[in-house]
Amino acid sequence: MKYIDEYRDAADARRFAAAIRKVVTRPWAIMEVCGGQTHAILRFGIDELLPPEVTLIHGPGCPVCVTPLELIDKAAELAARPEVIFCSFGDMLRVPGSRDDLLTVKSRGGDVRIVYSPLDAVKVAQANPGREVVFFAVGFETTAPANAMAVHQANRLGVSNFSILVSHVLVPPAIEAILSGPENRVQGFLGAGHVCAVVGTAEYEPIVRKYRVPIVVTGFEPVDILHGIYLCVRQLEEGRAEVENQYARSVRAEGNRFAQEMVAAVFEVVPRKWRGLGEIPGSGLGLCQEYAEFDAERRFGLAAGGAPEPAECISGLILQGLKKPFECPVFGTSCTPDHPFGATMVSNEGACAAYYRYGRKMEV
Amino acid sequence: MNFPISCPTPVSTSATIQMAHGGGGRRSHDLIERLFLPAFCNQTLEERHDGAVLDVCGQKLAFTTDSHVVSPLFFPGGDIGKLAVCGTVNDLLMCGARPRWLSVGFILEEGLSVEVLERVVASMSETAAEAGVQVVTGDTKVVDRGKGDGIYINTAGIGTIAGEAPSPARVRSGDVILLSGDIGRHGIAVMAQREGLAFESMIESDCALLSAPVVAMLEAGVEIHCLRDLTRGGLATALVEIAKASGNRCRIDERAIPVREDVRGACEILGLDPLYVANEGRFMVILPENEVSRALEILRSCGVSEEACRIGEVCENCDGGEVLLRGTIGVDRILDMLSGEQLPRIC
Repeated sequence: MKYIDEYRDAADARRFAAAIRKVVTRPWAIMEVCGGQTHAILRFGIDELLPPEVTLIHGPGCPVCVTPLELIDKAAELAARPEVIFCSFGDMLRVPGSRDDLLTVKSRGGDVRIVYSPLDAVKVAQANPGREVVFFAVGFETTAPANAMAVHQANRLGVSNFSILVSHVLVPPAIEAILSGPENRVQGFLGAGHVCAVVGTAEYEPIVRKYRVPIVVTGFEPVDILHGIYLCVRQLEEGRAEVENQYARSVRAEGNRFAQEMVAAVFEVVPRKWRGLGEIPGSGLGLCQEYAEFDAERRFGLAAGGAPEPAECISGLILQGLKKPFECPVFGTSCTPDHPFGATMVSNEGACAAYYRYGRKMEV
Repeated sequence: MNFPISCPTPVSTSATIQMAHGGGGRRSHDLIERLFLPAFCNQTLEERHDGAVLDVCGQKLAFTTDSHVVSPLFFPGGDIGKLAVCGTVNDLLMCGARPRWLSVGFILEEGLSVEVLERVVASMSETAAEAGVQVVTGDTKVVDRGKGDGIYINTAGIGTIAGEAPSPARVRSGDVILLSGDIGRHGIAVMAQREGLAFESMIESDCALLSAPVVAMLEAGVEIHCLRDLTRGGLATALVEIAKASGNRCRIDERAIPVREDVRGACEILGLDPLYVANEGRFMVILPENEVSRALEILRSCGVSEEACRIGEVCENCDGGEVLLRGTIGVDRILDMLSGEQLPRIC
C-alpha cells in the first residue's frame, strides 16, 4: 500500500538503526510526544533496534490518557441522562472514571454512540430534535479543527440541541511543562507529525531556543520514527538544538492555515488539567464567548471538582517519562487493559497498554 | 518516590454484562472460564473446542451451537441466514466432522417484515443445501417491538466423525500453521455497513462454507492435528487460544499473512489491527511438516481457500503457551487475545 509499505520496509529500518549506532557516542534520552508514535514503537519493536545509549521516553501525547478523571465522570453523568445522546470517538468509551466508564453507562441504558467524525454527531442532533446530543470533544491540535467545524456547522444550521464536552489539549505547553520540571531527563523530542501538519513548526522555535533541546517533527511509520531518532541523536551529538522536519511529506512550516483559522474562530486558549500531570496554564482549548452556548458543561450546569486518582496508579510519572510501565507494582497484575486503573492502560496508544499488549512484561 | 508494595486492592469484575463479554476476546474467555466451565463442569467441555466430540454407541459425533445477532441483517457478501448456517457448519467441520443435521431457533421482533424473514430463510435453505445438511427441527419465538434487532437466529448442529478428531490437544512442536486466505474482511464489511462508512471499494464479507477444503483433506487422509475457524477476535485470538490450550509457543510471520489492500486501508484509517478483526470464512490448519505440501495443494484447489499459505510454526513447549509474531521490520512481539472490543481510535 502506497505511503505505508515503503515506510515499513525492514531494510530501510535497519539502515537507519545502523546509522543511529554509528553516530551515537553517549547516552541520550529522547521523548516521543505522541501516543500514536508510542504505539508504533511497541507494535513494530522499534526500541529493540536501538543501541543501548538511546532511551525512548513515552510522552503525554495520547488524548485518551490525559483527559482528566473529572471530565470522564462528567461524560458518564451526561450519558446517563435520559434526554441525552452521548457521542464519542470509540476509544474514550473504555476510559475508567472514578465510578464508571461509558461502556458501563451504556450497558445500564445510557444512549452512548460511537461516531467517526464530530460532524456525524451534528447529524445525530438534526435527526433527534427532541433529544440533547453531546459530543465528547477530546484530542490535541489534530482533532480540534474538525471539532471546531462541527460547532461552526451546528451554529450555522441552527442546531440548538447540540453541544460539546470539551477537553482539548495543546502540545507545546506540555513540552514546556516537562522541560521545566525539576526531575526532567528529556534531552530531545520527536514532535508529533500530524499536530504540526495543522499548526506548523513555528511554535517550537522559542522552546528549542529557550531550553536548548532539539525537536524533530516526525511521522508515525517505523522508518519515519527511526529516521526521526537518527536526526535527533545527530543534533544532540553535534551540540545543535533546532526544529527539524522529518515528516516533510505532510508538514509545511506554516501548517494548515484554514484549519488554524477554524480553530481560532471557535476556541480560545484556556488552562487545562491533564490526567496525571495536573493543571498546565494555557495548555488547552475551550469554547470562546461567541460559541459558549455549545458548551455542555455550561448547558447542563455540571459541577466542578472531581475524585482523586487511584493511589496505586503511577500514570503521572509514566506520562512525564520518570517511570516505565513495568516499574509500576500493579502493572499487568491487577491493572490490565480489561481492568485499567489509570488512563495509560486504557487507550491503545497509552504507554502501559502498549507495553502490556506487546508483551513487555518481563523487562527489568 | 515511594510506591505501595502491598497487595493492591483487587478490582471487581464488571457487575453488568457489556458488549465485550460477547466479543470473542478476553472478556468472553473470562466468562467461560469463571462462570460456565465451573457451573457445567465436564470432561467434554474442558476440551475448550469449537464443538463437543461425543461417543454415541461407538459412533463419534460432533455437536455444536451458535447464535447470530448481526446488525445489519444483510451486508455485502452475506446475510444473517447464511451466517447462521455457515457458523454452525464450520464449527462442526473444525471438529473434523461431516455436518449432517441442524436445528434452527428464530427469535423474531414484532413488526418484522415477512418479506425480510422469507429472504433470510431462503438464504439459509440455499446455504444448507450447499453444505449438504438438513434442518431437522426448529423453534420460533416473537418478542415485543423494540426488544430485538429484527431477527436473532440460533443454530445447533450434529456431524459424524470418521477418524481421529482434530483438537488443540493434538498440536505438537514442529507442526506447521497454515491459513486459508486473507483476513479481516467480514469485520470491516459489517462495520462499514453498520456505521455508514464509505470506502473507495465495496469490501465484502468472507462469509463462506468451509466444507469443500475440509472434507477434501479428511477424505485424502491428511493428518490434521488442529482446525480452527477465525471468527470473533480474529486470527490472533484463535491462535493464542490454541497456544494456551496446547501449551506450546507458536511463531508466525506478519509478512506471510495476507490482508487485502482495501481491508488494510480501512484498518489503518480506523486504527484497527487486522489480526483481531472478525472473519466468517477463514480457518487455520495445524499439521505435521510432512503433510504441508499435500494440504496446500488441496486447499488451493478449492475456491474458498485458493490463497492458502503457510504463516508459521509450532515451536517448543512452553509454560502456559504463547504466540510470537515476527513483525514487518523483523522484530518479534508477543500476541495477546483481543481485550475488550476493538474500538476505533481518535487519531
